[in-house]
This record gives sequence, C-alpha cells and structure tokens, in this order.
Amino acid sequence: MAVIFERTEGLTDKDTHYCPGCTHGIIHRLAAESLTELGVLGEAIGVCPVGCAVMAYDYFNCDMAEAPHGRAPAVATGIKRVHPDSVVFTYQGDGDLAAIGTAETVHAAARGENITVIFVNNAIYGMTGGQMAPTTLPGQVTQTTPYGRDTAYSGFPLRVCELLAAVDGVAYAERVAVNTPAHIRAAKAAIKKAFQAQIDKKGFSIVEVLSTCPTNWGMTPVEALGWVEEKMVPYYPLGVTVDRTEKGVRG
Amino acid sequence: MGRKFLMKGNEALAEAALRAGCRHFFGYPITPQTEVAAYMAKRMPKIGGTYLQAESEVAAINMVLGAAAAGARAMTSSSSPGISLKTEGISYIAASDLPALIVNVMRGSPGLGGIQPSQADYWQATKAPGHGDAQLLVFAPSSVQEIVDLVGRAFDLSEQYRVPAMLLADGMLGQMMEPVEFGPEAAGAQEKPWALVGTKGKRPPNVVNSLHLQPARLEEIVRERFQRYEAIKKKEVLLEQYRMEDARFAVAAYGATARIVKSAVDKAREEGIPVGLIRPITVWPFPEREIAAAAGTVEQFLCVEMSMGQMVEDVRLAVNGRRPVAFYGRTGGVVPVPAEILAEIRKMAGRA
Repeated sequence: MAVIFERTEGLTDKDTHYCPGCTHGIIHRLAAESLTELGVLGEAIGVCPVGCAVMAYDYFNCDMAEAPHGRAPAVATGIKRVHPDSVVFTYQGDGDLAAIGTAETVHAAARGENITVIFVNNAIYGMTGGQMAPTTLPGQVTQTTPYGRDTAYSGFPLRVCELLAAVDGVAYAERVAVNTPAHIRAAKAAIKKAFQAQIDKKGFSIVEVLSTCPTNWGMTPVEALGWVEEKMVPYYPLGVTVDRTEKGVRG
Repeated sequence: MGRKFLMKGNEALAEAALRAGCRHFFGYPITPQTEVAAYMAKRMPKIGGTYLQAESEVAAINMVLGAAAAGARAMTSSSSPGISLKTEGISYIAASDLPALIVNVMRGSPGLGGIQPSQADYWQATKAPGHGDAQLLVFAPSSVQEIVDLVGRAFDLSEQYRVPAMLLADGMLGQMMEPVEFGPEAAGAQEKPWALVGTKGKRPPNVVNSLHLQPARLEEIVRERFQRYEAIKKKEVLLEQYRMEDARFAVAAYGATARIVKSAVDKAREEGIPVGLIRPITVWPFPEREIAAAAGTVEQFLCVEMSMGQMVEDVRLAVNGRRPVAFYGRTGGVVPVPAEILAEIRKMAGRA
C-alpha cells in the first residue's frame, strides 16, 4: 500500500495535550515539516514559551530548551551566539511574546538576531483559562474583560508584525492564518521562507500565525475557524510587512 | 613566580574569566561593576568570543541560560539592583541544572540604594537566589588575587556539580587596584553530553527544561539536586582562619570587611587580646563545622559585616547557642574603619 501521508520526521510520536479544535498542532507540523524539508532538523534548536505550547519540547524532534515566560528570544540569542550555524527558533504565544516578553522580542529584532520566531496569536491567554491578551480584540469577552475589552479602559491590541516593520534588524515578517487549507499552504510557505532567511544569515525573521482557541472563546472548532476569518483577519491583516531577504538586514 | 599585573578588581575578574575559558558574556551596565563589561567588550572580539550588551538584566541572564544550555562557559555580571532582576533567570538556571557564573559586585541598598560598597545581599545570595528550593555556589573573595583564583574554581565546580555559581564581591574589591598573578590557562568547558548542539540526526533530542507537572517527579528531581548540595557542603567549603590557634575570641567576617577586621585583630593582639579571624571564602556552602569546632574553645564571637546583620545568623546557627555571638555592622555604603572594630573587640574581651 502506498503511503500518501505520514508523520513528519520533525515531530515525535507523542500525543499532544492541545484542546480539540486548537490549531497549535497544525502550526507545530508546519514548522517541523519546514525544518525537515530544508534538511536542517539535525541542526535545529527550539525554545518553548510559557503558555499552551510550554511542552512543545515533547513534540519537536530536535534539541529544545524551555524558557522563562517571555524570555525565549533572549534564550535563543544565547544559544545562537554559541552555535551560529545552528537553526534556532522560538515558538511563542501572544502573552509570552507581546506582553511579558515585548522587550526581548523587540530587541532581538533590533539586533538583527539571526533567529526565527513562530508567533501564535489567538487573542487570548489559553493556558491560564482565557484572560485578556495583548492581542485581545476590542469588545472581545474574556475572563478578565467580562464586559468586552473596553479600549477606553484596557487600551488597544498590539499588531506585532506592523510594530516590527519599524525595526531595521528584521529580515522577514509575515502574518498568516491556518483556518483554511489555502491559508495553511501560505503559512507553510511563510515559515519555510523565514527559516531560509535564517539559514542564509539575513537577520531576524518572524511569522505571526492567527490561531484558534475554541475552548476559551466558547465556540465549536468550526465556529472558531470562522471567527478567525470574520474578526481577526480584519484587525490583523494577512501578508508580508517586512522582506529584506534579498540583501539581508546589513545590506 | 609568574608575571605580576597591577589591576582593578573588576578588570582582574574579567581577565580571570577569559583565562578560565569563558567566551560568552552577557551584561547590562550598572555601577560599580561596569569595568567587567567594558573589559569584556574590548577583549572578546579579539579572541573570537561574544560580549553582548543586553536590553535588560532580565534578558542578560536569559542569554546566559541559552548559552549555558548550548554548552558554553557563560557569565553575567551586575550589582545589587540588577541581581534582583536576574533572580527569575537564576532560579530557572538552577532548576535546569545549568552551570554558569553570576557576579554580584554589591552596592548599598535596598531599592536603588547607593553606589558605595555593601554586603547587604548575603541573604539573597545564600538563602533565596530565586524562587524555590535552590542554592548557588557562592564565593566571597577578599582581595583582587583571590577574585582571580576563585573565578576559575567557580566555573569548574559549577560544571562539575551542574549548580550555578556566584562571585559575591563588593564595590570596594571591584574598584581597588592590587598586584595579581594569573595561573596557567584552564582547559575550559568540560564535556557536556546534555548540551543543545543539534541532534545531527544521530541521537534523540536533548531537552533543557525546568517544568515538571507531576509533584512526585518534581520532588524526586529536587531531592536529587539536594544530594549534590550535600556533596558540595562536604567537600567544597573554603575558609581562612587567622591567628585562631590560641584565640579565646573570634571575629567572623568575609569579603572586603575581613581585610579591615584583620587589621583590627592585629591591633588587638598588640594589646594582648587573644583574638582571631574566621573568614568564610565560600559563604554557601558555609563553614558550619569549622565554626562549630571553634565554639569549643572560643569564649565569644563577633560578626562584622557591611549590612545590618545577615551572615551573623549563619554564625549563630553554627555556634548553636553555646557561646554569645555579637554583631557589628555598617550599612548603606559606609565602610567600617579598624578603630570601630577594635572597639568592638575590646568590648567582647571585657576591656572597653
């Protein structure tokens, strides 16, 4: 019998702990597949966040570190400075990357640190049970914005890829989604391009992936996929915000 | 005899780290330790090493975590308020069983405090270097030469036991100049089969991690770490006993303060007071056994610190109520002079 689909070598065979309908699994697969197809899995060193993906070290089939909350880009910097030819990536959620770890993110980008960041934006804190995230949409109901996020009181969501467009050290930044097969294909291409930018030593690369949290959004998985399209994409437009992969950040 | 160099404590410290094979330094400017970073910034690019100025103390210690996880001899250096910021990362480094060197050139505190010498971070270094059940190897030099001698030892023991090390100095030692001699260059980092270097497709992944959600498993891991702590307590205590052979009174002091105490002890001896100095060189592990043994013959103890009294608690625990233990301290960046300490020694000896 011909094998037409199988587990990528980039992932272990351990079952993930993610909730039904959560798209972390798809994003893991895209990152792992990209490393495998680029032939760098054996050179890869990943850094996990604190958040839902904290145990990603059990799922990626490469050397992994688990960082303090928000510090993954700093930990990745330390690793990369020791092994400049390895392929170093962080896998971070929105609270980790855009709240507690904002400084580490922006400064790793500003240094043009030659690492790749996979940024999973699902507009909520999932691990702790659904509180407001730095990317929670205006009006969005969470456990800590029970009347909807009031921008007069709790401020505005951060658009990370647009923010990083102002930073010279960024070689590549793109926002993608994984709510439809077409979006998934585009997301895979973006992640692969980001890793390739690192392999070619072009500078900091980041792919922001709009993701779902049916459990904490209080939706079915199918409704959640629709919510990404209807609510998230209008606020967080898909596309490339920085591409210096031709010449690299240092020209 | 090797060549002697006249060097500032902070610069000698940096040079000793380079000679110990450290090629990765991550820091953030803070007085009074900035010369360490400046020296590294000058030398590292010339020898193929990394000096990186981080965006914060928090980032610097996490860069150390990453570099240590990647198998390098990595270090950072700071002063009191900066060390407080690093405590999160220090706890993770300890919990991930990573070797690393953290330097604290202590200054007056709490809060932003001042920039003059202090020893008020003793509790932080030895009791609560971060959240959780964890210890650091803590070395407390009292001369520039001793800084040099202890840096290499700190790296070696940190790697041997997989316990992070701290060099606990103060603004006085960091800023003073003294002649120093360097030993032979160290071999550098030991074999680290656990390090993150990439699997190269030849072995299962290595994971550096401090998360263990099953209480029984976490307890088992912490207990294993404490077995290493016990081995350290047995084998790695360092101290100096000065004029203690016939002493009926003893002063306990460490770091720069111990130098001043030494002068006071000499003056007291001239007055016929049989007093000596017990100087812990490692403050964790603390020389409990040696102080307990001294309590067999010494009638009274005095502990002198540049703080409101922190190490004195460890001295009292070691003496265990068998003898009185007095305390004298200056704080806020005030350095005691020998005459003040001599007066305390006279008081202890009933000659005030």
